[in-house]
Amino acid sequence: MALDLEMKDAPLSDHEAEIAGLDALDIPIAPAKGRLSKMWEGFWPKLAALALFFGGWQLIAWLKLKPSYVLPGPIPVLNDFWKLAWDGTPQTPHILLHAISNTLQRAAFGYAISVLIGTVIGLAVARSKFLRAAVGSMITGLQTMPTIAWLPLAVLLFQLSETAITFVVIMGAAPAIANGVISGVDHIPPVLLRAGRVLGARGFNNYRYVVLPAAFPGLVAGLKQGWAFCWRSLMAGELIAIIANKPSLGVGLSFARDFSDAQGLMAYMLAIFLIGIVIDAFFFAVLERNIRRRWGLGVS
Amino acid sequence: MSALRLSPGRRSVEAAPGQNMAGPAISVDGVTKVYGPRGSHTFALDRISLKVEPGEFCCLVGASGCGKSTLLNLLAGLDTPAAGTISVQGRTSLMFQESALFPWLSVRGNINLALRLAGVPKAERKDRASDLLRMVRLKGMGGKRPHELSGGMRQRVALARALAQNASVLLMDEPFGALDAITRDLLHDEIERVWQETGITVVFVTHNVREGVRLGDRVLVLSSRPGRVVDEFRVDTPRPRRLDDPEVSSLSALITDRLRQEVRRHGA
Repeated sequence: MALDLEMKDAPLSDHEAEIAGLDALDIPIAPAKGRLSKMWEGFWPKLAALALFFGGWQLIAWLKLKPSYVLPGPIPVLNDFWKLAWDGTPQTPHILLHAISNTLQRAAFGYAISVLIGTVIGLAVARSKFLRAAVGSMITGLQTMPTIAWLPLAVLLFQLSETAITFVVIMGAAPAIANGVISGVDHIPPVLLRAGRVLGARGFNNYRYVVLPAAFPGLVAGLKQGWAFCWRSLMAGELIAIIANKPSLGVGLSFARDFSDAQGLMAYMLAIFLIGIVIDAFFFAVLERNIRRRWGLGVS
Repeated sequence: MSALRLSPGRRSVEAAPGQNMAGPAISVDGVTKVYGPRGSHTFALDRISLKVEPGEFCCLVGASGCGKSTLLNLLAGLDTPAAGTISVQGRTSLMFQESALFPWLSVRGNINLALRLAGVPKAERKDRASDLLRMVRLKGMGGKRPHELSGGMRQRVALARALAQNASVLLMDEPFGALDAITRDLLHDEIERVWQETGITVVFVTHNVREGVRLGDRVLVLSSRPGRVVDEFRVDTPRPRRLDDPEVSSLSALITDRLRQEVRRHGA
């Protein structure tokens, strides 16, 4: 039956005024806050924490528990950081920037594949009783397996190559992402799935319009954990599978240790740590905040 | 309970034949639905039969365990009966006590998705969504997120989303059960108006007898475990009605007595 949706534009009747009045009373009053003040609110605690971190480090250095060539303070390390980034070594100028770029490219590549594999496997396991019973625990088992345990096999299979590094990254990250997808799907309120069925979302449409978006909050938690696993696995991979003439953060660490260069070593560690912070603050934290705001889950 | 041979039931959907429908909009004939394993099964519905005329507002009241939700699921095609036949003219859509709006979509996005899944071409969706929003008096609210709305507004969006499916039968499962009394009262007027404007057939399940009498052309009383139609009341009070009309009150009292009689059966 075709619905006749034509409505006349008449002045508000009592009933219309009542409905409009109730709506006006019901709309929650949200405190308006400027963009800048919001950004500052998120920013200054991070700055404070960083200051505290460097301050604590400096204190430990001043205590002279270890000689300064083994445990340098933040200032010489930052100095080295700057020198590695700007001047680099005689062979490779800007070696730290090249290392960061190479490592991030590997991370992005391995992570993208892990997301793809993890999401597909996670969705399949979450929606199938048989698969869940069969491989559900296996995924968690894989997730708990230390990355370093995969490395010897990766080297046997693929020699010291990019493929070996990518392999350990995927083995580290994909199970975490799959588990995130599974728990995301498990926590979808049943009424949303029912609403999807009522609206006629079946098969692929059901996944595309209902299951995936509904699972997204859990999925993001999995993506975040997957990133952490990816980043760790990558460092392990780069430490072992050193590829000639290709600077990377792992290679930098390894060389610095070989030359007993504590300052350089810690400069590389600082880079690894800072990248972790930046990715979380500018990607995952933003993503999570957006979802919470859109879904109306607590603080914005 | 003796072993009962159950032949699988059937649900058929006839294409909506336009304004002049012949025969009932819904016809349920001897429908049985059992839950639980063979041997220790319970009857949610036992050979229930009912008919709903096109454009009728039909209310179902019953105590817990009367299989109301089971019946609506069967009518919506979300489940299949163990025995008996169900035939529905045209498409059905279903509204629940929770609005069940998708929190990741805006109000307009929710309606658009329903239109898309109902096969409405993209070019028409925008206008149709605007019309539907106007219909439920939420014209300026398309960009809001469900969580930014009150419960009553969410149920109106849910109503718009249900209407977006272009169904000829609207099934409502206690849609106002979670609302405060003032909002519920106003939404009674709203659903009545929308029903009159669209000519849609409504099956409205409620625990609230007065609500049933306020809204329905007919109120069916269901028994519990097993669910069956045990009585039927026609509401002749002219519309628009109010919850506190004396006629609504006296008929409600009558139906409540009938319901209590059913409930007592289970205590004896």
